Amino acid sequence: MSPIRYWRCLAGIVRREALRWLHQRSRFVSALVRPMVWLAIFGAGFRFVLGVSIIPPYDTYIPYEVYIAPGLVAMIQLFNGMQSSLSMVYDREMGSMKTLLVSPFPRWFLLASKLLAGVAVSVVQAYIFLAIAWFWEIEPPLWGYLAVLPALILSGLMLGALGLVLSSFIKQLENFAGVMNFVIFPMFFASSALYPLWRVKESSLTLFWICEANPFSHATELIRFALYGQFNTIAAAIVLAFLVVLLALAVYGYDPGRGLIARRGGEGG
Amino acid sequence: MTGDAPALAVRGLSHAFGRTKVLDDVGFTLARGDFTVLLGLNGAGKTTLFALITGLYHSGAGSIAVFGYDIRRDASAALAALGVVFQQPTLDLDLTIEQNLFYHAALHGMARSEAAPRIAAELERVGLLDRRRERVRLLSGGQRRRVELARALVHDPALLLLDEPTVGLDIESRRFLIEHVHRLCAERGLAVLWATHLIDEADADSRVIVLQRGKILADGGVREVVAGTAAPDLKTAFDRLVRAA
Repeated sequence: MSPIRYWRCLAGIVRREALRWLHQRSRFVSALVRPMVWLAIFGAGFRFVLGVSIIPPYDTYIPYEVYIAPGLVAMIQLFNGMQSSLSMVYDREMGSMKTLLVSPFPRWFLLASKLLAGVAVSVVQAYIFLAIAWFWEIEPPLWGYLAVLPALILSGLMLGALGLVLSSFIKQLENFAGVMNFVIFPMFFASSALYPLWRVKESSLTLFWICEANPFSHATELIRFALYGQFNTIAAAIVLAFLVVLLALAVYGYDPGRGLIARRGGEGG
Repeated sequence: MTGDAPALAVRGLSHAFGRTKVLDDVGFTLARGDFTVLLGLNGAGKTTLFALITGLYHSGAGSIAVFGYDIRRDASAALAALGVVFQQPTLDLDLTIEQNLFYHAALHGMARSEAAPRIAAELERVGLLDRRRERVRLLSGGQRRRVELARALVHDPALLLLDEPTVGLDIESRRFLIEHVHRLCAERGLAVLWATHLIDEADADSRVIVLQRGKILADGGVREVVAGTAAPDLKTAFDRLVRAA
């Protein structure tokens, strides 16, 4: 297989993901409405409850909305990763996963392409959100919009890989509620997305360490710093480490010889 | 493709999920241009056999080679020669017919310029060329199956696997599909493995492999199998084989 064929395969998988996203209008709209609800309602409501002191990367006092915006960007990516994982479980039940896996390209490449396709969609969503958020006075420096791109790609890959792992472990498609309750909500709330961790530390040390161990916190901080033109080395290293581990688990999960897909097998005659 | 290797060679294939043995020492070969019906009731092991041939997962024991390429060692070459119509519907309902087929072509590394004429030709054959820009959701069950068949042929495979392709289709659609695949065998020398539980889908000239509880009970021409059980027709022969097993 020549590199150009690999490229065509990747391009085809990305194009399909984008088409599906555009065609499924409800998914498209809800992906945009969800963070806006947080920003416009939750953010406004808590503006006077939670004070945010000057902490890096901010060099001045900031309104609460400004503080939560990076976390909401990460939330978009978290939802996206979970949705694409669920769509893979759905694909597996519906059989379209098989269409992907009978491609002559190596399986790790197919999974990586699927992951990249999901990230491409989530990055576009994140930028649309940031564009709308500008009207809520979320106004990072212009070059922050550029600097955040690699951060979005890295965090999108990590959260997408988490989705891939879950999709290889979830046996059946129940509904989105399970993933909401056991993955999205805990990850989102036990993180630095809605409150600075020094405040969490004041109320509970245990919770503080849970938040510190949560890769979602680091994805949020990576995005937050990048958006203000700064590079958070620790956050980047932790997100990268999680990405590597989760990818390895996903490749294992989909391995035809050892993984769970082999142990579970197919249904029917 | 390597020399005179058979289109498909399955040897000593066994597979179990946990303690349940699904396939037990299954072996057969398919020559180029063969139309072979894999006949078995639900739960006979047909879908597992297909999953193993397509490399979805690997078997506990035995080997599978497509045109001489082992599915474990040369998965890429084996899969490139393979076209598959799965039992479950596998099209993206929100995408158009054409978008679905281009996606498949990309999964085989084909350029759009290379895929476009192939897609047009295959859709023409199944009578859906003028509807290529319609969403799959708008198509009937029979039409969707035809799209899936066209899709399986876009990359010009030499071996076609169909897993219960006629389930849920009306008589007209069934006949269309069977005749179409027979024509492909005759015209292109395509080897076909057609899995079904519907006995009447094996015509008098077909070769039939009877699979029951993971074991092959009979393998040969329909006339041979019928004669072997001293039955008047294939249905009776099948019943006798299954009961004796």
